[in-house]
Amino acid sequence: MARLTVNGHLHDVDVDPDTPLLWVLRDTLGMSGTKYGCGIAHCGACTVHVDGVATRSCVLPVSAVDGKAVTTIEGLAPNGVLHRVQKAWIDHDVPQCGYCQSGMIMAVAALLRAIPNPTDAEIDAAITNICRCGTYQRVRAAIHAAANV
Amino acid sequence: MTARGIDRRTFLVSVGAAGGALALGFDVRPGAQAARAAGDAPEITAWIVIHPDDTVIIRVARSEMGQGTLTALPMLVAEELECDWSKVRAEFPRPDENLRRNRVWGDFSTGGSRSIRNSQEPLRRAGATAREMLIAAAAMQWGVAASECRAANSIITHVPSGRTITFGQVAEAAAKMPLPKRVTLKDAKDWRLIGKPTRRLDVTDKVMGKPIYGIDVRVPGMLHAALAQCPVFKGTLKSVDDSQITGMSGVHKVVRLKDAVAVVADNWWQAKKALDALVIDWNTGDSGQVSSDSVRQFLLGGLTADKAGVGRAHGNLSEGFASAVTRVNADYFVPFLAHATLEPQNCTAHVTGDRAEIWAPTQNGEAALATAAHVLGIPPQNVIMHKTMLGGGFGRRGVTQDFVPPAVLIAKEVGRPVKVVWSREEDTGHDYYRPVAMARMSAGLDATGMPSAWHVRMTGNSIWSTLMPMTVRGGVDRQFQEGFLADMPYDIPNYLADYAIRNTHVPVGFWRCVNHTQNCFFKESFVDEMAHAAGIDPLEYRRRMIGKHHNAAKFLGVLNTAAERAGWTTPLPPQIHRGIALNEAYNTFVAAVAEVSVDTHGAVRMHRIVVALDPGTVVNPLTAEMQTESAVVFGLTAALYGEITIKDGRVEQSNFNDYRMLRMAEMPRVETVLMPSGGFFGGCGEPPVAVVAPALCNAIFAATGKRIRSLPLKNHDLRKA
Repeated sequence: MARLTVNGHLHDVDVDPDTPLLWVLRDTLGMSGTKYGCGIAHCGACTVHVDGVATRSCVLPVSAVDGKAVTTIEGLAPNGVLHRVQKAWIDHDVPQCGYCQSGMIMAVAALLRAIPNPTDAEIDAAITNICRCGTYQRVRAAIHAAANV
Repeated sequence: MTARGIDRRTFLVSVGAAGGALALGFDVRPGAQAARAAGDAPEITAWIVIHPDDTVIIRVARSEMGQGTLTALPMLVAEELECDWSKVRAEFPRPDENLRRNRVWGDFSTGGSRSIRNSQEPLRRAGATAREMLIAAAAMQWGVAASECRAANSIITHVPSGRTITFGQVAEAAAKMPLPKRVTLKDAKDWRLIGKPTRRLDVTDKVMGKPIYGIDVRVPGMLHAALAQCPVFKGTLKSVDDSQITGMSGVHKVVRLKDAVAVVADNWWQAKKALDALVIDWNTGDSGQVSSDSVRQFLLGGLTADKAGVGRAHGNLSEGFASAVTRVNADYFVPFLAHATLEPQNCTAHVTGDRAEIWAPTQNGEAALATAAHVLGIPPQNVIMHKTMLGGGFGRRGVTQDFVPPAVLIAKEVGRPVKVVWSREEDTGHDYYRPVAMARMSAGLDATGMPSAWHVRMTGNSIWSTLMPMTVRGGVDRQFQEGFLADMPYDIPNYLADYAIRNTHVPVGFWRCVNHTQNCFFKESFVDEMAHAAGIDPLEYRRRMIGKHHNAAKFLGVLNTAAERAGWTTPLPPQIHRGIALNEAYNTFVAAVAEVSVDTHGAVRMHRIVVALDPGTVVNPLTAEMQTESAVVFGLTAALYGEITIKDGRVEQSNFNDYRMLRMAEMPRVETVLMPSGGFFGGCGEPPVAVVAPALCNAIFAATGKRIRSLPLKNHDLRKA
């Protein structure tokens, strides 16, 4: 058994404590916005916030988030009001296939909380998510736009 | 990517590990007179549904894998339909419905940058047909002549009286009108939507994590499976010892297939953990000895083989060489590459008796359906197929539907719906790879420095001869030689392009921009070599070589535009150097100029790339531009890092730690110049991929004097000697 709080809701789930948070979100709680890409914390498709910090959930045992607040892409726009990063993403036409974008957006939302107006170098250092469609140019433009909202 | 000699009623399907091709015939008649769907949907035609609130649903047969078909194809319909674009939504029809309705939506296959090229006319006709039916219904209601009515922005107006009615108000009546015998399509000059940058219809869902990709499918009662396939291609399963997983939580079953093992569990993590605990023994056969070195030796034989299929030949090669004053010779090599779609391969299946229902992120829903039917030995009409959103495609999910057979076989054995998800490692190790290839270039230059003779000998793995042998006749695989055939713009008086097929045991397939990804690197790098041997500026050299080609104006158009936009003749900062490349792929003409530096440690960086494209017609400039940026990343990733190597018959790479992807910090500034010259439709998703590597490597030569003749660059020491 494990206990976790996702997007403000408390869940008790019947899984092994070593189960990565990603698979609890996807398979147990049925929240598919957070994606599996590599399983080794390289691609960032599984990025969620744990107590506000961008975290790759594919290698994080669910037992590690007991008592902490997990936010997923489904929780980024409470009551359907889009987060400024999501709005900037639409304005700059970022997504292509879209598969990496949940993780990319979560990583950027956390970055802007930590560094409100990041330089290009800070963006390069913080945003290491893989986008196989290569949306990076638009991601960068959208980050700068979201920072200046 | 065209199959020759195959009629429209037959689908060619390559069924995964079984190898080889299947030609599955469905007894269907293509044609417009398809039965209308039952139910209460106010379907005007099969393509268009209009609700009373004026919402317009446009059906999209082609897959959406990031390239923007879900937006550009409805634009083609809407242009003629004259509907309010803000009311448009797009949806995928099901492949089994297509089959049931006499293929009313035509071909579902999505590849070869064909989505717009092949559907634009039928889709514009579909829009015009529905518009005429809506007008006819309004005219009948008013008791006036249809010729007195006009449609615009989802409103029909009776011009003489000024009366109006909305599409939604007449949709139900329109659905009952006869199909017009003839419709006239607008002239391109009258288009209002086509050619206008248009925001993607799927963008809001995609920033909210809402789209359902194959990997996200959930079906009541569904179990999850992890798969291990024989690591050596063409090998089989010998034995499985599952004693270690007894009592592991959530595990339902171990399923043994001919060449794979799966564990089925309550969630995927449990399945994967149990799979990793199995002790599996494989029959690897003869292929267990193959290595990258042995593949290279095998291909070297192809470079000198007496027998080779001739793709293009003219003039007299030996006379051309005899008249040459300078010889330029070089051998080129590129490795196997994996597609690495960010969504790993997956498929969900539910098999009950002689019926099946499947869900998959596929570039060809009909092929997925046919594959399921074939593997299960059931009639195609007993299969329901749901096509989902795709987390990348790049050719991985098109002709080869190898993710379907394990899913249906496992589901059949389990008797419940099962979702089979490949781990990243499984995906990297079991791809249909971009073929390995070599080229031996021999050219003779005359006294002016221009080529009097050029022999392009190629060798490597042929996609068509392995996936669909019946399409390769007389040892000639024209796709393998694409770029060196009639699509090559250069005037060479004495020319031979031939190809000695050398197929290895490694499965190969269509990888974004297919054989252009190797051939454009070979061709444009070698043209650079000739230019430098002649002491002529590489841009000027290309201009001189483009002589009488029937598309010379288009080639020169993109070449000159890319050069001008990049400022080819203007000085650069000391560390930065330029390279140029030119190509035609899938009816689109592309030139690129890259600005590149190589630092004292030998590290390569592309700072900027200008890409000029002439695809004839651009439907959605926004997505065409996005695709160009995407193609640059795809080509640059491969040029810098892309390499699948073989050891003991198996792929050595496993995940993104050893099969590296480009990231944010390495992204160059991409400047796209769309310059449609009109009158034709070219593809946009793939063509720019090919010019990236040669533009980059030609710039590296300018920077270092080192000529790159093999990829990826990570294997080269570019430090100053």
